[in-house]
Amino acid sequence: MTNTGSNTTVSPGGLPSRRNTELAMLVFAVLIPVFAYANVGLAKDGSLPAGMLGYGLGLGLLAGVAHIVVRRWAPYADPLMLPIATLLNGMGLVLIYRLDLEPLPGGAAAPTQLMWSTLGVALFVAVLVFLKDHRVLQRYTYISMVTALILLILPVFFPARFGARIWITIPGVGSLQPGEFAKIIIAVFFAGYLMVKRDALALASRRFMGLYLPRGRDLGPILVIWGLSVLILVFETDLGTSLLFFGLFVVMLYVATERTSWIVFGLGLTIVGAVAVASFEPHVQSRVDDWLDPMQAFQNGSEQPAQALWAFGSGGTLGSGLGQGFSRLIGFAAKSDYIFATVGEELGLAGVMAILLLYGLLVERGIRTSLAARDPFGKLLAVGLSAAFGIQVFVVAGGVMGLIPLTGMTMPFLAQGGSSVIANWALVAILLKISDTARRPAPAPAPSPDAEMTQVVRP
Amino acid sequence: MNKPLRRIAIFCGLLVLALLVRDNWIQLVQADELKSDPKNRRVSIARYAQPRGNIIVDGKAITGSADTKSGDFRYKRTYKNGPMWAPVTGYASQAFGANQIEALNDGILTGDDDRLFFNRTIDMLTGKPQKGGNVVTTLNAKAQRAAFEGLGDNKGAVAAINPKTGAILALASTPSYDPSSFAGNGDADTSEWSKLQKQKNEDEPMLNRALRQTYPPGSTYKVVTAAAGLESGRYDLDKATETPDPYRLPDSSTDLGNDGDIPCKNATVRNALRYSCNTVFAKMSNSLGNGEMIKMSEKFGFNDKELDTPVRAAESVYPEDNKPQNAMAGIGQASNRATPLQMAMVASAVANNGTLMKPYMVDQLVAPNLNVVQQQKPKELSEPVSSENAQKLQQAMETVVEKGTGTTAQIPGVTVGGKTGTAQHGENNSKNPYAWFISYAKDKDGSAPVAVAVVIESSNTLRDDIAGGKLAAPVAKRVMNAVLEGK
Repeated sequence: MTNTGSNTTVSPGGLPSRRNTELAMLVFAVLIPVFAYANVGLAKDGSLPAGMLGYGLGLGLLAGVAHIVVRRWAPYADPLMLPIATLLNGMGLVLIYRLDLEPLPGGAAAPTQLMWSTLGVALFVAVLVFLKDHRVLQRYTYISMVTALILLILPVFFPARFGARIWITIPGVGSLQPGEFAKIIIAVFFAGYLMVKRDALALASRRFMGLYLPRGRDLGPILVIWGLSVLILVFETDLGTSLLFFGLFVVMLYVATERTSWIVFGLGLTIVGAVAVASFEPHVQSRVDDWLDPMQAFQNGSEQPAQALWAFGSGGTLGSGLGQGFSRLIGFAAKSDYIFATVGEELGLAGVMAILLLYGLLVERGIRTSLAARDPFGKLLAVGLSAAFGIQVFVVAGGVMGLIPLTGMTMPFLAQGGSSVIANWALVAILLKISDTARRPAPAPAPSPDAEMTQVVRP
Repeated sequence: MNKPLRRIAIFCGLLVLALLVRDNWIQLVQADELKSDPKNRRVSIARYAQPRGNIIVDGKAITGSADTKSGDFRYKRTYKNGPMWAPVTGYASQAFGANQIEALNDGILTGDDDRLFFNRTIDMLTGKPQKGGNVVTTLNAKAQRAAFEGLGDNKGAVAAINPKTGAILALASTPSYDPSSFAGNGDADTSEWSKLQKQKNEDEPMLNRALRQTYPPGSTYKVVTAAAGLESGRYDLDKATETPDPYRLPDSSTDLGNDGDIPCKNATVRNALRYSCNTVFAKMSNSLGNGEMIKMSEKFGFNDKELDTPVRAAESVYPEDNKPQNAMAGIGQASNRATPLQMAMVASAVANNGTLMKPYMVDQLVAPNLNVVQQQKPKELSEPVSSENAQKLQQAMETVVEKGTGTTAQIPGVTVGGKTGTAQHGENNSKNPYAWFISYAKDKDGSAPVAVAVVIESSNTLRDDIAGGKLAAPVAKRVMNAVLEGK
């Protein structure tokens, strides 16, 4: 935040591209998971795991390709995001591999996850290469809206899995969590929509008790989104997705209009919606009960919240060491929703704080990108994506640690799940693209063609 | 747009901060509590991760550990001759927890005890798995076998003590159970366990009758009454007591008689014990009074809620009561109750010339490297009778075995003192009586290496046939013989 006060941060020409910094950090981001992988093998069998070379090369290759593509197509992009994403994804693979060694339902998941990660990086590359400028996305504002709505509504027509309807099951292919993609698409829609409407929303308002209240007709969109979130909560029984979308909207609305009243209004609606739904929707209600007293819930058969807490507690300050914990006791969903409990038990308080700080850093780099962006659309999109990412981390980690009721979302990059890892790579790619545009030196003023023309004509 | 952006940045920072604070709360502040929560399966996993230390009798382990090679709990407890030793060891089950020595010395057996900290640290530094220490008991394998086999199919219990030290030599209870049968945590273990529970099995095989069950002591209690009488100075061994036959109970119109045609009128203490005269001891208890009787009983160990061997024995009682009840208590047929261990303590105090030693069954706690962590020293509990009176009591008890009701306990060439008992119980004495026998045997040098109490609950034999001398005394004889032969 060097240029406080000015609206856009136009970098003076000649800003270092920071690509070499990124490369150096990528080396760490690959080495740390490789060491962790070796650690798992040594702890479990007393020898280096057989797939270690393949895994190391695979992760190195992914990081290398991503780096080269960034160097070529987004040379001024933020140097931290790619290494953080690589490190988190690498650690996720190690943790899933480590849990594959336990007798958990579902069989080996690490190879599939590596494949999804590869697809994710492929999408990352595709976004960087084909998305010349993020402002292109602005053209698809309303198409985005329709797509996002479809993605959000589709799971209602598919059978619920584990009490929540957030999956689309395609027979023979697998299942998809459209919410993860909808998160990006809806951010595009909000950014495009708010860029156009923000003046109306910001200026046409009445003052009431120190707050600027929007006009009735401007309330429309926020009420629609709120209604949609509540519907998601009711019909898909998914607190996480609902919270994510509404939070995302409030954040973007606030940034676009600079009106605190939207925050107050948004929070009020959130509370009304959450309390209302929690009081009559049994699935949400039981989640809240589990959260209020996990030990009692354990007695009543809902073991996971208590198991997760015991995993964290047993990990203590430094953890049991990779491969030496018992987070398998969590059982079902240990590799997906609850993977953070394994981090807690095996890497301890130190490891959890490191991972949380990595997430925090990624989010803050995203918001930094938003600050640096020169166009309002880019700003809104960057802050939207970053905030969505941050809220998701908070909702998942907070749920697993018992800070808030648990929701069915996955830890970005860390948890098992194809949709999540692919979507988050795309998200990082878009942020990188925006930051590349933001940090790119202003083009050198072209020599005035007029002057030359006159010279040619005059002789 | 930058001002709200900065606020959003701070907001996201606060979200992460909230997570960090919560994480510190559960992984630092609450960590120990969560870690040691008994419902946290990791506690049990750690307990069974390495072979458990053993319980030792006569230098040999009576327990073991089996590698199950499956599931969360790697090592499972095994027992050698489990039913025989169950009253000593208790059980250690993966599914149902532990009791008795297995529970009380769990720290030593698992290696978690603070006194093994040094061993643990060395093991950790040298990369060896944690090892458990051993518990060395005072028991005598031959005596235990004699007791267990002597009881056979009867329902009953045996307690044997070394009178000089208080070391417990035998502790048997029948019917018994095999703690191996439910040591694991599978379905078979659960079904075995439920079969042994009181609700399903009225024989209560898991009840440790030697330590945890009190019975009316019957005529064996006359030894305590005699001790109180001699100590009062108002009675002497061979002095006639002024006792009518039958004796009318105080404040009552009930006459108390004797079993059979025995010379109890004005009998001496020696003869009263020899023939087991109800009249003499009921009158003696009455004339000494309730307070006096309680005092003597307590010196022998009654009314002690915390008699730890280290396994806590049930409280044997001699309560405050009215006159007729107190008179009946003098012959062990009222509100006073005793565990077999308590009656063995009575015999042992008499045999040890009046000094009662605290009974104990754990001799040493031994670290995995065989260092002795704790050595139990014999401890005097009290001196209920003077040495002189103790010897008089010995003479009387020896008369019982020589030519009284306890002749079935005679061992050729060995001086044996004892007292029979047949305790009525049930409404109007409708149930089969309890057959009692308490005794001690002497070495050539006159000191007694063993004191025994045997109780056999009910039997299918005829009621007249059940007298302590017929059923219980032979068992006591076998136990005493086993101890004497082992020397």
